[in-house]
Amino acid sequence: MAVLQQDHQAARAGSAPRRITPLGVLYLVLFLLGLLAPWVAYPVFLMKILCFALFASAFNLLLGFVGLLSFGHAAFLATGAYITGFLLAEYPGLSPALGIVAGTLGAVVLGTLFGALAIRRQGIYFAMITLALAQMMFFFFIQAPFTHGEDGLHGVPRGELFGVFDLANNHTLYYFVFAIFVAAFALIRRVVHSPFGQVLKAIRENEPRAISLGYHTDAYKLVAFVLSAGLAGLAGATKTLVFQLASLGDASWHMSGEVILMTLLGGVGTLLGPLVGSGLVIGLQHQLAQSALGDWVSVILGAIFVVCVLSFRSGIIGECQRWIARRQQREDK
Amino acid sequence: MPSPPIQGPRASGGASATAPILETRGLSKDFRGFTAVDDVNLQVQEGHIHALIGPNGAGKTTVFNLLTRFLPATRGEILYRGKSITRMKSHEIARLGLVRSFQISAVFSQMTVLENVRVALQRPQGTSFHFWKPERSLDSLNEQALHLLEQVGLRDDAHRVTASLPYGRKRALELATTLALEPTVMLLDEPTQGMGAEDVDRVVELIRVAARGRTVLMVEHNLSVVSRLCDRISVLARGRVLAEGDYASVSANPEVREAYLGSEAPESTADEHKEVS
Ligand SMILES: Nc1ncnc2c1ncn2[C@@H]1O[C@H](COP(=O)(O)OP(=O)(O)OP(=O)(O)O)[C@@H](O)[C@H]1O
Ligand SMILES: [Mg+2]
Repeated sequence: MAVLQQDHQAARAGSAPRRITPLGVLYLVLFLLGLLAPWVAYPVFLMKILCFALFASAFNLLLGFVGLLSFGHAAFLATGAYITGFLLAEYPGLSPALGIVAGTLGAVVLGTLFGALAIRRQGIYFAMITLALAQMMFFFFIQAPFTHGEDGLHGVPRGELFGVFDLANNHTLYYFVFAIFVAAFALIRRVVHSPFGQVLKAIRENEPRAISLGYHTDAYKLVAFVLSAGLAGLAGATKTLVFQLASLGDASWHMSGEVILMTLLGGVGTLLGPLVGSGLVIGLQHQLAQSALGDWVSVILGAIFVVCVLSFRSGIIGECQRWIARRQQREDK
Repeated sequence: MPSPPIQGPRASGGASATAPILETRGLSKDFRGFTAVDDVNLQVQEGHIHALIGPNGAGKTTVFNLLTRFLPATRGEILYRGKSITRMKSHEIARLGLVRSFQISAVFSQMTVLENVRVALQRPQGTSFHFWKPERSLDSLNEQALHLLEQVGLRDDAHRVTASLPYGRKRALELATTLALEPTVMLLDEPTQGMGAEDVDRVVELIRVAARGRTVLMVEHNLSVVSRLCDRISVLARGRVLAEGDYASVSANPEVREAYLGSEAPESTADEHKEVS
């Protein structure tokens, strides 16, 4: 378990030379598990978890590392999903990779627009503006002809990747999705541990102080917002490929709420938290949907959420880190 | 840290004929009809340590907020080296070399002590938007950061998480972070507030050393600190400048004694002042 704490220390060590850390071992183990998983579990279920883990990681980049609570991230997920779905459905034979790139870029453009409007607001006003803008997008998606309104886009063809890999095969698609996820996760990790990430942390910790050090904090927050929106769009685009479906559910405020829940449950401001949180929520939804309690899924999830928020506020990974830190302190003495 | 011999206020008061480095003209701030800062004309001479004192709620912090554009002024002008900075943005003012501290210690508590200073050093490198570069690319600044930490006696704590420092040490870190920017004018809002006597002495020495070749405008309640450090004092009461001058003349002013010093006998601190000078 000490590996989780290592994340902190690796970041702090500064001049330490590169060597094999427990955290590196953990990432390697997770990576290998990811490679083997589709032979043990149902690939579509795993891909769903990966898509939501990416979505939650994108959201967490903003909440956990800049301190901005967006209540409208569904808009970016849905934009990515609809653009990719529309292009792949309208132009059969188009490379799925291109479709995903287009969906991601669409979310980047929307993120730039929304960010420019919202970024100056603080705290609850920021959350309210993002919610309002996302609701506006929701109604736009209902009206726009290319989304097929309430019906959504069905039967989106998965196509062939680079003209070689037939993505209709769930296992093949799984490795494509897994590659996307790993690349995006590596990017997020890099952003967090970069010169830019240092400024973001400073802004999160004390924005007035960051300004007084000469940082134009709005610009940094905007770049982070656009990155987060783009990654959320990537999650949506990938999800469309997996389910061959883009629908209004992706754009609704429930979706914005769900990603908050996943992130808080797993541990906000930790890199692995959103993974754990999304795995847990998707897993529970899956289990409950099959059980006799099917209709009570939301209620039960809500109750779990309340219990978690009341009893361990820093989320599962966050609590683990604190526990390890306490133990290390005791050992030091 | 070897402490230099304690000296009285530097005898540079005579050279006030030169243009001030920082000046306000008719500076005012209204909060919904309540005037917190009222027609303030300040002149801070280059190289001075200038104190802004006054009772609670006099408007001292608000003046700082106006000078650094954390709040827009309702009326009046702010001049830095003769040029108006009244409408500049906060971060632009900071880049001009006017760097402020805050009344409540402002550190980045979840970052290490070293990272706190380094985040101030990294901006001139021009890579602060580079989200694709590894953190290691900042390591070249570590030596400089450690040197600054050494000056405030925090070198051994460099890799601690800032949140675990005692309050007085956090303020010292804040000072090191400010110094990392090599400011021309430092605006310090109650740098010794909430500190034990030992830390106060330490910070006084730090400010004295840091002020060499710089200008300092500081809000300070501790009159012994003011008397030991400051070349010039402006007294603010209810948003207005009540008196201005060196410590002796200000503390002798009956209006000041009534408005600010009150029961707090100024003689004692004045005696102390004589003692050390
Ligand atoms: N943002 C604000 N909105 C409304 N009133 C304010 C605001 N900031 C300050 N004030 C008021 O302006 C007056 C001056 O406040 P300020 O903080 O500048 O005083 P101060 O001299 O720094 O006091 P202290 O010694 O307690 O720090 C106070 O009456 C305060 O309540
Ligand atoms: Mg104040």
